[in-house]
Amino acid sequence: MKIKKNIPLIDQANKLGFWGGKFGGNYVPETLKKPIEDLETLFNKLKNDKKFLAERDKYFKDWVGAPTRFIKLENLTNHVGGAQIWSKVVSDANGGAHKIYNATVHCLLAKRSGKKFIIGDTGAGYAGKMLSMAAKKFGLKCKIFMGAKDIARQQPNVKAMKKNGAEVIPVYSGSQTLVDAVSECMRYWVANCDTTAMCVGSTVGPAVFVRICGWSTSQISRELKVQLIDEFGSVPKKLKLYNCVGGGSSSFGFWNEFMDYDKKQCEFIGVEAGGPSRSRKHAAPLTYGSKIGILHGAAQYVNQDADGQIEETESISAGLDYPGISPLHCFLKDTKRARYTAASDEDALSAYKTVTKFEKLRPSLEPSHAFSVAIKEAKKLNKDTIVIVNSCGDAYKDREILKKRLGKKYVEPN
Amino acid sequence: MLNPISLAFKKAKKENRAALLTYTVAGDSSKKQSLDILKSISKDADILELGVPHNTPVADGSQIQTSAYRAIKNGIKMNDIFKIVKEFKKSNKNKPIILMGYFNMIFQYGENKFLNKCNTSGVNGLIVVDLPWPENKDFAKKCKKKSIYFIQLLSPTTTKQRLKKIIKDSHPMNYFISMLSTTGGKLKVSPNSILKNYTEIKKIDPKKETAIGFGITEKTIGKLKSADGLVVGSAICKEISKSLKHRQNPVTNVSKLVKKLKSKIL
Repeated sequence: MKIKKNIPLIDQANKLGFWGGKFGGNYVPETLKKPIEDLETLFNKLKNDKKFLAERDKYFKDWVGAPTRFIKLENLTNHVGGAQIWSKVVSDANGGAHKIYNATVHCLLAKRSGKKFIIGDTGAGYAGKMLSMAAKKFGLKCKIFMGAKDIARQQPNVKAMKKNGAEVIPVYSGSQTLVDAVSECMRYWVANCDTTAMCVGSTVGPAVFVRICGWSTSQISRELKVQLIDEFGSVPKKLKLYNCVGGGSSSFGFWNEFMDYDKKQCEFIGVEAGGPSRSRKHAAPLTYGSKIGILHGAAQYVNQDADGQIEETESISAGLDYPGISPLHCFLKDTKRARYTAASDEDALSAYKTVTKFEKLRPSLEPSHAFSVAIKEAKKLNKDTIVIVNSCGDAYKDREILKKRLGKKYVEPN
Repeated sequence: MLNPISLAFKKAKKENRAALLTYTVAGDSSKKQSLDILKSISKDADILELGVPHNTPVADGSQIQTSAYRAIKNGIKMNDIFKIVKEFKKSNKNKPIILMGYFNMIFQYGENKFLNKCNTSGVNGLIVVDLPWPENKDFAKKCKKKSIYFIQLLSPTTTKQRLKKIIKDSHPMNYFISMLSTTGGKLKVSPNSILKNYTEIKKIDPKKETAIGFGITEKTIGKLKSADGLVVGSAICKEISKSLKHRQNPVTNVSKLVKKLKSKIL
């Protein structure tokens, strides 16, 4: 299994949609074959269409707010006393997280295909919030599927979705989290694919959804590369890119532009959700060696029992609380291009405390997982190393959890 | 020897009627009860589909989901399902059984081991909801070698060109999904338009049996009786849920329902 150079990773799947011959694919009901094929044809055409690219860039710049900041965390660097710690503040993007890129592209595609309705899944509520924003912007009617447990713990985003005119549909099946929301959303699409477009909220699902999402979030690393050259004159000799990994959309987008660099120069570190330190449950299939299986239309490493039933996950961060992982990351793991590790709930909370103590930055619980590992590893490195953490979400949505776990003083607005 | 599935269609044809296919979930609401249901309904049903419950089903509506979650909660495992089939076949050797489920369960068991187990326990056909054509080509070939029908699904969204290709590769039985829906949805198109699509499919290869499923209930089954076969699933799962809720015996109630369904297509 090998990564090819000079070909975007999203285009390295074989004819049936498998990366490395075994990750991804299209394990879907027959009814979805045609709509998926239509979407593939449309996307393959538009991703090389100059007019479409110009349209995308225009919305990314004027509406999403590209580029998001790239800043040095001076105080944190001094406190840690090792490598230089920087952050790509993707939470600057309109809506407060990277999910806006994928949502915008899906709405643009839906418009082109003449669909009037769009549906999507959400865990932390960001994918849903952004889809509701984009749907409103582009005049599409929107339904968001969200696990009942997540609705309870991510109220600020639920309110935002409703304000944008989206219908939020609670999902009560299974663990009532993201995994069930994705299943329910796909079921709805099975029944309504003639009139409705579907947006999968991360680099998961049938191959075309993995590709569209990865293509969209790659905006992050395109911006970062320019910013690095502006700052350092070239891409630094020792670069380490830390990102949390749930489904894997922000991390893939954060890394994509640096794929062809030697990993000794540009190392990718993915941080999964290890769950509560006292619990055996987790959402870290790559770190803890889960077996390959099929979830939501794609072959991937996934938490499951011996029979193939998908196992329940547990994490303080709703956005990482997913038993599977993008086929792209399975491929990056097996080709050893990226390294994966996990941080526990407690690690993430403690990193959140540290970051907010020293910096004017409030990473949500998802990127707090990445900060936890970055801070630990930066300590052992020297000043020549540039550590960058993608702060891909804002902690506003986590107010209630932070208040409960850390106390009121941690939720004062910036 | 001809696969019992083909024999069942032949028998129904001889009696000038559609074959009745039932779907129940293995282990719903317990291993024993699901076996008792199979035994009891086999008097009236021609072919028994036995659902392999999965906890992330992307094509099932709420009735079948409820049954599947109930079965999983009560501890059903893949090996128990094979045991149920084997036990059933002891007293109903020629009644065809089709396992229906999602590919991950087969993938984890191992394709070859799974098919061997199907053979030794007496499974006659497989429907794998999320293994479409052409992805299923290799697996379907393996099934054929074991004399197990791999049943292809056809949908209203399947293009004419694709229908031809799938049917060319297909085994003697196909399954036509009546409408755009998960299982158990309300019939949102007229039985006439379903039959029109069905007729188009039959024209491609009249020798291959085609069963229609999704949204078929006591109310609608009569209007579709000109098909080769008709599948009722969610309505049966619903009956089990209802019986449990009212503390009645699901075996009796489901058997009554299946008898009634049969009477509508005679």
